[in-house]
Amino acid sequence: MIQRIRTIALHTFKESVREKVLYNLIVFALLLIGSAVLFASISLGIKRIMLINLGLSSIAVFGLLMAIFIGIGLVSKEIDRRTIHNILSKPVRRFEFIIGKYLGLLLTLVVNTAIMTGGFYLALYYVERHMGGEDVLLLEAVYFILLQFAIVVGLALLFSCISSPILSAFFTFCLYIVGNFLGDIRWFGRESGSVIFEKVAALLYYLLPNFSDFQVISQAAHGKGVPSYLMTSGSLYALLYVTILISASILIFEEREF
Amino acid sequence: MLAVETINLTKDYRVGFWRTRPRRALERLSLEVEIGEVFGLLGPNGAGKSTTLKILLGLVFPTAGSARLFGRDPRDISAHQSVGYLPENPSFYDHLTAKEFMTYAASLFGLSDKARTRQIGLLLEQVGLSDSGKFPLRKFSKGMIQRLGIAQALINDPDLIFLDEPMSGLDPVGRREVRNLILQLKENGKTIFFSTHILSDAETLCDRVAILDHGRLQGCGELREILQVGLSSTEIVLEKPSRDAVVALEPFASSVVRTGNRVRLELRAESDLTEVLAQIVRWNAKLISLNPVRMSLEDYFMERVGGNDNSSLRNTAAAGTESPKSE
Amino acid sequence: MIQGSKATYRIRPQARLCWLLLAGGFLALWPIQRAIDRNSEGLGVHTETLYFSSGRALRDLSLGHAGLLADIYWTRAVQYFGRKRIAHARRFDFLAHLLRITTELDPHLLMAYRFGAIFLAEKPPEGAGEPEQALQLVRRGIVANPSYWRFWQDLGFIYYWDLKNYKMAARAFKTGSQQPGALIWMKAMAATVSAQGGGFQTSRLLWSEIYRQAETETVRRSALAHLAALRADQDIRELNALVVRFRKEEGKKPDSLENLVQAGYLKGIPLDPSGVPYVLGADGKITVGPHSKIDRNLLFESAYQPRAHPQMAKRR
Repeated sequence: MIQRIRTIALHTFKESVREKVLYNLIVFALLLIGSAVLFASISLGIKRIMLINLGLSSIAVFGLLMAIFIGIGLVSKEIDRRTIHNILSKPVRRFEFIIGKYLGLLLTLVVNTAIMTGGFYLALYYVERHMGGEDVLLLEAVYFILLQFAIVVGLALLFSCISSPILSAFFTFCLYIVGNFLGDIRWFGRESGSVIFEKVAALLYYLLPNFSDFQVISQAAHGKGVPSYLMTSGSLYALLYVTILISASILIFEEREF
Repeated sequence: MLAVETINLTKDYRVGFWRTRPRRALERLSLEVEIGEVFGLLGPNGAGKSTTLKILLGLVFPTAGSARLFGRDPRDISAHQSVGYLPENPSFYDHLTAKEFMTYAASLFGLSDKARTRQIGLLLEQVGLSDSGKFPLRKFSKGMIQRLGIAQALINDPDLIFLDEPMSGLDPVGRREVRNLILQLKENGKTIFFSTHILSDAETLCDRVAILDHGRLQGCGELREILQVGLSSTEIVLEKPSRDAVVALEPFASSVVRTGNRVRLELRAESDLTEVLAQIVRWNAKLISLNPVRMSLEDYFMERVGGNDNSSLRNTAAAGTESPKSE
Repeated sequence: MIQGSKATYRIRPQARLCWLLLAGGFLALWPIQRAIDRNSEGLGVHTETLYFSSGRALRDLSLGHAGLLADIYWTRAVQYFGRKRIAHARRFDFLAHLLRITTELDPHLLMAYRFGAIFLAEKPPEGAGEPEQALQLVRRGIVANPSYWRFWQDLGFIYYWDLKNYKMAARAFKTGSQQPGALIWMKAMAATVSAQGGGFQTSRLLWSEIYRQAETETVRRSALAHLAALRADQDIRELNALVVRFRKEEGKKPDSLENLVQAGYLKGIPLDPSGVPYVLGADGKITVGPHSKIDRNLLFESAYQPRAHPQMAKRR
């Protein structure tokens, strides 16, 4: 079982790593990070802050695009192109397929994020001319960005088990946006004065993926690391949410016909 | 033990978005395929051939009835260990090469590295792709993809091979090669279950066939048996027969066709051949050939399936008598 | 059918595990999220994150939807402000930032400058108590919207009310009055402010004007509260003067306002603008009654010196 999951994951990785879109996105992200050096040099006093903000945001935005665009193709493309007939006719359990696909894409994203982070550190080194402990702290922010990706890929996986790629992309993106404003939604709910609205808002708050937990970029830019409580609970949150998404995907996928 | 067995297999697909209504794709299909047989599933497009195959591979679940592969449920993945499958119009991953894809397929069967490399080389050679192993699959032509599909179906040296329309997309040379491949597999004792709507393939390859239409079994058995039903008449060809000879023979024939010097007569089924021969001798006509006309599978097919009301067809098929000419 | 049931039997354990993980996952998420919320409220961290700290970068990334984003950020700023105010917070660290992003996203969102300036300039807990930030915000508004003269009025107001810089206030009112379309009273304002160096009349004029132009209930109510406080201030000043006269003429301290009524200094116990009688404190000073609706934070007179306004700045 483990061996088959690994095989599927590795081949998903191989297949998606060769996607041209990916290279374009990476190149674009690296360009943006590189251009941050220029921007930083024409502004005053916030060189480092600006570079970190722009760099980490580039990683987050482009990684998100990758996660959505490749993630939605995870299952629906296999169904559309009927490659799934091939895989499932072999001795592969359906849940093995789902988990393998998920891990394969996550691996793709980890590798891409690593590349972008490498570019980011190069730019940082170019500006600062040295590396310090403060710079290592930035990796915590990158880790939190990756946690977001893990959830986004899970969402894309779930939606691509249910609907078409375009709709999946749309839903995933919407949930990402909503997830970023969950704190505000809950606040609106409390302020609305309506008990029902407040309850609904609270329900959404605990049910939908709360991406606002993972917003640490501007913190990082001001040289603050991720607080240790958030480190553990954030990781745990992401892990649990991914488990939930994969379980739901498997439940749907087990009953699907092709 | 049977290689493939289906018992009253029924499948409804849900159609429509809000109020889904079932559409019956398969109606109480019962089949048995012996080990070592080449079995053909025939029928026009949309007859339920692919659905049957998909159920047998666990891709689709039956609404009622059951299916078994070597006695195991298709949803049990251990049943897949010795099964190969070529899907209809296969398509594979754009960015992988043929070798990589074969490696992928092989590792899903848990083949060891050594066995894998050997088997992949052998199979790519066999389907004529050994030179193209390093190109990404998006550069492959339809025929090459079909060949790769056949190769990957054989990666685990399966005992039972399902081929959904194996000849589609192939040129005449390719068809011949695949035909030979199937015969070779049969020689090695493999069971082959394939679907096609190209009848000549079935005629040359199959031990037994089943004919499906609108999800219903129209007939099943050895090809010879099925075609025997259609053994309807005898054809004689005469050279330069006298006018009298033709007049004398006309009552026995259902059709008389004159081409150049020759006259071709198709005799009625009930005609007495001895009497016909006696007439030929009597009128001193020169007999070129005398052949029993075996109904081609195509004729049978047209007759059984072509545009007829299904229930009447089923009845006549069950009665084993000829149905009235439909055209 | 036996085979059919066997098939379902085979998937069962997996499906059960999935349902278990699904339900268990959500149940476990709940305490984790609550722990995160608790911690972050204590540290004031994640609810105050901005995600993007540069409005301009955000505007470019918004692909032409900067207006909408500005509205969202403005809403966030309002929510942030409201949340903090309800919590009686004394620090509004991110308010200036949020307002800056909002106005960078949409430099013509006039409301964001005007109300933003009020939020920023007012003393805690009414506002952030950052009049310098408010000045910056309004100045940016003037640069982006040079023809909008009311920004000068706001500028003058901040100088006058929050910074007590009457010279700068007068200058702002004057510049504003020269803008096309500026109402005539801006000139009067400039004159009054520079002549008096501030006073009740000016304040009343300012707040009446604000009340008159107010477009939302919140601002109107705030203006009314200020006007009421101003009137109370004036009453208290007069009453204090009476108390001083009483002491001089009668040769003793009054115990309460009743004494002044009995001695004929007053016709009755005077009521403050919210209809509650004034009281004479133990320290001999007049204050608003304990049940008065007048906002004590806005009062000058009941505080330290009877001669209030030239030293108003000392209150800070």
